[in-house]
Amino acid sequence: MANAMKKADVVIVGFGWTGAIMAKELTEAGLQVVALERGPMRDTYPDGSYPQVIDELTYSIRKKLFQDLSRETVTIRHGLDDVALPNRQLGAFLPGDGVGGAGLHWSGVHFRVDPVELRLRSHYEERYGKGFIPDGMTIQDFGVSYEELEPYFDFAEKVFGTSGQAWTVKGETVGQGSGGNPFAPDRSDHFPLPSQKNTYSAQLFQQAAAAVGYHPYNLPSANTSGPYTNPYGVQMGPCNFCGFCSGYVCYMYSKASPNLNILPALRQAPNFELRPNSHVLRVNLDSSGSRATGVTYVDAQGREVEQPADIVILGAFQFHNVRLMLLSGIGKPYDPKTGDGVVGRNFAYQNMATIKAYFDQDVHTNPFIGAGGNGVAVDDFNADNFDHGPHGFVGGSPFWVNQAGTRPIGGISNPPGTPAWGSAWKRATAENYTHHLSMDAHGAHQSYRDNYLDLDPTYKDAYGQPLLRMTFDWKDNDIRMNQFMVGKVRRIAEAMNPKALAILGKQPGDRFNTQSYQTTHLNGGAIMGSDPKTSAVNRYLQSWDVHNVFVPGASAFPQGLGYNPTGLVAALTYWAARAIREQYLKNPGPLVQA
Amino acid sequence: MNPFTATALALTLAGPALAAQPPAPDEGADPALIVRGDYLARAGDCVACHTAKGGKPFAGGLPMETPIGTLYSTNITPDKTGIGEYRFEDFDKAVRHGIAKGGGTLYPAMPYPSYARVSDEDMRALYAYFMHGVEPVAQENRDSDIPWPLSMRWPLAFWRWTFAPKVEAFVPAPGQDPVVARGAYLVEGLGHCGACHTPRAFTMQEKSLDAGDGDAFLSGSAPLEGWIAKNLRGDHTDGLGSWSEAQLVAFLKTGRSERSAVFGGMSDVVVHSMQYLRDDDLLAIARYLKSLPARNPQDTPHAYDRQVADALWKGDDSRPGAALYLDNCAACHRTDGQGYARVFPALAGNPVVQTEDPSSLISLVLKGGTLPATHQAPSTFTMPAFGWRLSDQQVAEVVSFIRGSWGNRGAAVSARDVERLRDDDSAHTSGDDIGQVTDHSGG
Repeated sequence: MANAMKKADVVIVGFGWTGAIMAKELTEAGLQVVALERGPMRDTYPDGSYPQVIDELTYSIRKKLFQDLSRETVTIRHGLDDVALPNRQLGAFLPGDGVGGAGLHWSGVHFRVDPVELRLRSHYEERYGKGFIPDGMTIQDFGVSYEELEPYFDFAEKVFGTSGQAWTVKGETVGQGSGGNPFAPDRSDHFPLPSQKNTYSAQLFQQAAAAVGYHPYNLPSANTSGPYTNPYGVQMGPCNFCGFCSGYVCYMYSKASPNLNILPALRQAPNFELRPNSHVLRVNLDSSGSRATGVTYVDAQGREVEQPADIVILGAFQFHNVRLMLLSGIGKPYDPKTGDGVVGRNFAYQNMATIKAYFDQDVHTNPFIGAGGNGVAVDDFNADNFDHGPHGFVGGSPFWVNQAGTRPIGGISNPPGTPAWGSAWKRATAENYTHHLSMDAHGAHQSYRDNYLDLDPTYKDAYGQPLLRMTFDWKDNDIRMNQFMVGKVRRIAEAMNPKALAILGKQPGDRFNTQSYQTTHLNGGAIMGSDPKTSAVNRYLQSWDVHNVFVPGASAFPQGLGYNPTGLVAALTYWAARAIREQYLKNPGPLVQA
Repeated sequence: MNPFTATALALTLAGPALAAQPPAPDEGADPALIVRGDYLARAGDCVACHTAKGGKPFAGGLPMETPIGTLYSTNITPDKTGIGEYRFEDFDKAVRHGIAKGGGTLYPAMPYPSYARVSDEDMRALYAYFMHGVEPVAQENRDSDIPWPLSMRWPLAFWRWTFAPKVEAFVPAPGQDPVVARGAYLVEGLGHCGACHTPRAFTMQEKSLDAGDGDAFLSGSAPLEGWIAKNLRGDHTDGLGSWSEAQLVAFLKTGRSERSAVFGGMSDVVVHSMQYLRDDDLLAIARYLKSLPARNPQDTPHAYDRQVADALWKGDDSRPGAALYLDNCAACHRTDGQGYARVFPALAGNPVVQTEDPSSLISLVLKGGTLPATHQAPSTFTMPAFGWRLSDQQVAEVVSFIRGSWGNRGAAVSARDVERLRDDDSAHTSGDDIGQVTDHSGG
């Protein structure tokens, strides 16, 4: 028998970016909000205390901030006929754990979205014809436009303290020659902080990209270019390019996180409560199955606790949102054979390629400095900024040098052909470390009929509940896009006149490898859209089936973006929160009629 | 260690014969008067001393160590175990005169020498608040642990007769700016700033109780628990000479200003008292403090010296303490000692690092410090502790480096100075210090 807590107006599952944003918005609306975070309390102090946090072994190798797979993991298989096995060691992706979630250990690349990607299927059909999109590719429109989201992108950047250079503000060009991106959509305001300074590696990329005719710009970064106070009165310190961003707690108070940018303001709100070490098992529904009554969780002492609430926000990591919906019976599970059902549908990822360039001893790239969101990029091949017609694939990719910190264990990189150990390896490492740089093609990834999520029939977590099963593999479209992008990045790389290149891209026949880090940008499974037959949540991230359940996060993306997802995740969450505040509270019920 | 330099602890005697007294007459629960009393109680920071850690507000029980034993603050809630049976006259006797109901003299940790100048109207408002705006808490007062014969109270009466001023209405000096006069009323009266910031004589009384009574007033105290309450006079080196009025207001309201951050005992004063004051009162306090002349007649403004910053910029860390500064401090406070506005305090010209007694800076380096959250500035920046990784000699070197760089005029400190300020917490390396995985959730 579960202990029942006092009823709250809102219960939030997970305290990362989406949980924190929802908590702030809904406490501002006067609601009593309880946030449940399965992991421990974390904050800049003591978790990011200097110099203890500058410890690659503890954080990157032993994965201090990431999900504890001994309690819960996912099973993975390549195809419908395979048997999925539990992922027992994190590799390809790194979901967070604890207060702040992935928002505490992210890098800080803070993009908006290319407007085309919000209406990807419509755009491709209009420009290239319906036949251009291959069979089995299930990309679709988000059901919300860039213009609608613009105020929320703007506000999120102000909350995050994002550094960057606008191209146009209210139609007026302001970013020419100063690091703006000519492919970026119009903005209502400047970034709250100017761009960070560029590393030498980024400057080399900038010169080379311009030399081959592309349009380099400064990456928008949620690492501060100076001290900052956000609209909540919360302060940030200045980034000092220490290079310990992704996987770490920022000790300089300069990488935006829910802990740094929102939690201090929430602590001043008497109608907010955060309960760490509270692992939610399921959303409870009433007898009709159309209304949530709250959630049941396991507390730090292992007791089952029921938290009743009028509104349930699923703000966990992408695949945990999907799993909770499946475990709770919210929405119809997706069946890849018939194409029916929505929960688990359109699971998509990122399509990465990396090129490393090695230089002579007179080119000093000093890769030990870095900032997670910092760098120079080009968008000439992102989204639909080029004619896909002759190339026959869907999707685009920004390219960049994002010198995020090249640490002593994971950051060693030598030219192809270098022995992997011994004195020759040591000599090469000493010769190359401070004279190399790394470039990425951060490719969009499309959704397909048979890349999906469901509950595993065999394996269970520490609480006896089925694990989530991930059925995923690379498709022909992905490989061909990846190879095309590598070719374009290679032009930039060669324009730098390196002594050697290492190319890490996909080859025909490559399968998804769980051991090789791609990104933690997992998308879909509880996607948003205009049609309840093909989406799990409506344009306000409200469940079509259980109207008092909202599901913000990248789980709502119908396919993967070229850009990093956090900026869109944050904007969509503010957008959904506004709909709850201005529409749902006045008239609780479906905000969109099916 | 001098107990009376602590944030004043109000220690009233438990009256021996309360039962015989008639119940307190109701003063009338005029809501406006209660609200005003609440505000004045904030200005007086009564809650700081009359609330135990984790205890109910104003129920007393906060321990205070003195050389003669531990004292406990008293219950001042309107319960019969507190001051529920106090008439206004009893309340006034205690607050302004230092005489408890029943006739005993209060330990002068209760700052009645300062409260002596609180106006009658404000006393009425405070009384209304404590009788009607505070939740009664049944909690018996705790006797002090002071052994006989030191526990005898009667000698305190002689102290009171000798050192406590007459209770009389506050009268502004002729021609005084009314804003400054309001500041004087708050600082010298309810704010009892001198309880910590004015040096005490051998006989424990504050050497001066107001601006007109010599230059010892608010000129800084000896250290208590590793912190000193700094000079608030116009001196540039260790006082408020370099602070603008606006910086002072921001500091009191939010615990931080462009170049400074609150630490030590003043953190609680900002959190429990100052942040609640109206802007006009904060401005009055700031303007009044800025009207106090420097104590040192030879005082001159800080003159920034580029030498150290230039050397560090060129990679020259040969000066003693310079390499330690680069490794431990410079990321936030910068090689030029200027810090970052409102986030990481400047060290160049900062009076806190140039005090004659270096205890505060040494303690900060050893133990670190957390900037408290305030309503207007909710961020809590933490300077980590360095005591676990730096030896006494290293702390002495880096503290001396800070005190003597960028034009600063603080004297060097010795390893012995550091050793005296170490306590158990900063003497050992803990699991956290070396990056062990520790659950900090604490339930």
